[in-house]
Amino acid sequence: MRTILYLIRKEFLQIARNKFISRAIFAVPIVQMLILVPAVTFEIKNINLCIIDKDMSAESRNLIGRLEGSSFFRVRKMTFSEQEGDNMLYRDACTMVLNIPSGFGKELGRSNPGKMMVSVNAINASTAQLSWAYLNGVLADYNKSLLRDKGMMAAVTAVPLINITNRYWYNEKLDYNFYMLPGILVVLVTAIGFLLAGLNMVREKEIGTIEQINVTPVKKYQFMIAKMVPFLIIGLIDLSIGLSLGKIVFNIPFEGNILLLFLGSSIFLVAVLGLALFVSTFSASQQQYMFVAFFFMIVFILMSGIFTPFESMPLWAQRFDLVNPVYYLIRVNRMVMLKGSTISDISTDLISLTVIAFAFTALAVRKYRKTA
Amino acid sequence: MKRFLGFVNKEFLHIFRDFRTLIILFGIPVAQILIFGFAVSTEIKNANIAFLDFSNDEITRRIEDKIISSGFFNRTSDILNYNQIDGLFRKGKVREVIVFEKDFSRKLLSEGKATLDIITDGSEPNTATLVTNYTLAITTAFTQDLAKGSLTGAPQIVPQVRMYYNPNLQSHFMFVPGVITLILILICALMTSVTIAREKEFGTMEVLLVSPLKPVQIILGKVTPYFLLSFINVILILILSWLVFDLPVRGSLVLLLLESMLYILMSLSLGILISTVSKTMQQAIFISLIGLMVPTILLSGFIYPIENMPKIYDFVSAIIPPRYFIIIIKNIMIKGTGFLYVWKQTAVLMVMTALFIGVSIRKFKIRLQ
Amino acid sequence: MNETVISVKNLVKKFGDFVANDNLNFEVYKGEIFGFLGANGAGKTTAIRILSGLSSPTSGEVTVAGVDAFHRPELIKKQIGYMCQKFSLYEDLTVKENIILYGGIYGMKIGVIRQRVGELLEKLKFTEYENRIIADLPLGLRQKLAFSVAVLHNPKIVFLDEPTGGVDPVTRRQFWEMIYETASGGITVFVTTHYMDEAEYCDRISIMNEGRIVALDTPGNLKKNYNVGTVEEVFIRIARPEINKN
Repeated sequence: MRTILYLIRKEFLQIARNKFISRAIFAVPIVQMLILVPAVTFEIKNINLCIIDKDMSAESRNLIGRLEGSSFFRVRKMTFSEQEGDNMLYRDACTMVLNIPSGFGKELGRSNPGKMMVSVNAINASTAQLSWAYLNGVLADYNKSLLRDKGMMAAVTAVPLINITNRYWYNEKLDYNFYMLPGILVVLVTAIGFLLAGLNMVREKEIGTIEQINVTPVKKYQFMIAKMVPFLIIGLIDLSIGLSLGKIVFNIPFEGNILLLFLGSSIFLVAVLGLALFVSTFSASQQQYMFVAFFFMIVFILMSGIFTPFESMPLWAQRFDLVNPVYYLIRVNRMVMLKGSTISDISTDLISLTVIAFAFTALAVRKYRKTA
Repeated sequence: MKRFLGFVNKEFLHIFRDFRTLIILFGIPVAQILIFGFAVSTEIKNANIAFLDFSNDEITRRIEDKIISSGFFNRTSDILNYNQIDGLFRKGKVREVIVFEKDFSRKLLSEGKATLDIITDGSEPNTATLVTNYTLAITTAFTQDLAKGSLTGAPQIVPQVRMYYNPNLQSHFMFVPGVITLILILICALMTSVTIAREKEFGTMEVLLVSPLKPVQIILGKVTPYFLLSFINVILILILSWLVFDLPVRGSLVLLLLESMLYILMSLSLGILISTVSKTMQQAIFISLIGLMVPTILLSGFIYPIENMPKIYDFVSAIIPPRYFIIIIKNIMIKGTGFLYVWKQTAVLMVMTALFIGVSIRKFKIRLQ
Repeated sequence: MNETVISVKNLVKKFGDFVANDNLNFEVYKGEIFGFLGANGAGKTTAIRILSGLSSPTSGEVTVAGVDAFHRPELIKKQIGYMCQKFSLYEDLTVKENIILYGGIYGMKIGVIRQRVGELLEKLKFTEYENRIIADLPLGLRQKLAFSVAVLHNPKIVFLDEPTGGVDPVTRRQFWEMIYETASGGITVFVTTHYMDEAEYCDRISIMNEGRIVALDTPGNLKKNYNVGTVEEVFIRIARPEINKN
């Protein structure tokens, strides 16, 4: 036990002496978080529209007026030419083109459906779908008013109408900051811990100090634990600073028990560090480790459900996430912070995380050889 | 010139001897394109939902069937009262609960109006919006169907939509170019920054500097093998994307390759710049990976469109090179545009490359003094 | 004085097809300075690594400090000290911090460690370097410090792998004085070197060539048997008969 303490002391001394790292570990996550969190949003604003109005009727102008008034859309250009509309789409000058054919207003006047063609740049499929949905929202409103104007409200009530309302719980206004901040923080802390712990281990191999340790009575698990503890502590400090800043600067909510958050984060960090040390036993040089670490990080992070929905992944990918510590932590973080989930709510996630943490660490200790 | 070639040769051998790193260098981009092409998407599939049906009559059941048969959702056990919703959300078991009020069918047919509540877990806004919108679309279509008979002779705007460039709304049209952009810059910056930082850390840089090679030659010599490797990587990725994802290169392949070379050059020179400010390999790795990775993912327009960000991010993302390359690659590959439409972005990348190289050479020269 | 502390019988170490240690047989006695000589690549480092528990033999019986090195290498480590070629102390830690670390690892009590730190620094005349980072120390000081750390916990045997590489002759001489002092205190010193003149300082030496021991005796006896004046000439006779100068 005392041996571990001596080793931990040595690790901390080394980190502290490393001017660059000792500062970067804290500065980088904080700075990145502050800069990046406001940027991250799927919220659609300012959809650039190009409108081809071949009708120029009261109805078409009414519609255009509504679009101009909507906060989602921005009418960039009015034209008569279809070619120009296509061109604007091509040049990325607008994302959507509305083509209102001549006779539009007349048809509506005759109580017939008024057809309209919408062209959307669908390279970003989800944005395209959301934009289309928003457009439909504007049209639905307009449709209702058309019925009203025509005095067809009676017809309306005679027609069964399902009144659909929707509400978003925990995040009434769908504020993206709430949601992304824990995610970004986790990503950064993961990356730093995984990278540094592993590099540290490989470096000792490269310069030969690991031999000096191997020849002492220090046990494998003692050495491993001592390699993990400093980064665990640093990771938790980073998390604390990040969350405090989140509260102060972005006013993110903290519905749940903060201790739960730290519990989850601690287990998570152990898992990440254990994996880092395991991978480092395979790497002969810092360069090799760097690439492998990069691979793992990107895969774990992008597949964790931080940026894209978990459910949208195919079955095999979801199964993979069963061993992805980041996936569990993101879930725990969001549930606890935003929904105030209690320990029984997150118990399965915590247990899975613990199993993973244990497994990775055990693998690392087993694979490491003091005697070649 | 001969000396230079000899130097380049030595660098090549160095790389090829490290077999493991070589496998990783080619393996990573391939593996990641495959993973992200297949694994990640922003479409909704298998979203867990629950019904809170106070009526449980013919119409509500028809609506429920319609929703489930769409294939986007997964039905979990129905709940019986309102209080259970919070618990379900807290445990993360469902994304959405659909509530039908009591006497739904009766109210609908006799009073002409009944209420359906969509309650979505807002703690993950993008999933929430997507899930809600999908549900809305289905229920609205149902409503329209119901009313079809009665609404002939009613003025309604009926829009028809064409999704350009990506008619099947596949998300890997956006992801694959994004992943290419991300991986190329990270690998290239990592490779060059580390290889030079390593010479610094182990003291072999001095040996190079006192050799007859000029600083420019040293830099170019270090960069050339990685340039070739990365270029081969790009070709590999493009072939894979085409074979596996049917991702087309609708525009000029030559232009795409040329632009890729420019981007690679820019990334490599960024790596060199990083190495000039790093004293050790660890620093170089840290800056190249941690410094670049997350900002690239988030600010380049890879997942989150730049147009949606607060105005100021237009400027912030302006200094992020991947932002420009993503536009170039999307335009050439998916829209099939020519050079005229990407010349601006190309120019920016060229300027950045020149800037990075210029500053690096200056720093090198200072070091010599 | 004739207690055997290291016993090696038929030691073979192969790396794939390459035989680094080919059937080694020797014994080392308590308190002696045993020199393990040979050219670079002869197999010295391989052997010393096996003896110190860093590597496993392919076959053979190896007993170090009464422990079976083949099957229980970990048990050896409490009783030995080791100084490797790169004098591996932690470059970014200070003199004092390194000593404290290794003292703690070997289970010495903190009070004892502090006391030994003081004694050591005084003996080596290092006191002003107490809080200096290793990276800032000249090579000779590092070497002496590495040795002192290796024997800090009073091991039975200390293994030194090429401890005098790159160091000036005066420092080398001082270093060997430290070795004498240690040996006279009852600690067995097992040292590998390719400097043939250092052989003269040892009680007994063995010469390795291409994985085999080709000579094992006191320096004096070897010189007499080969009728030469220095161990270096003995080595040349044995190892490189083709450059036999007459």
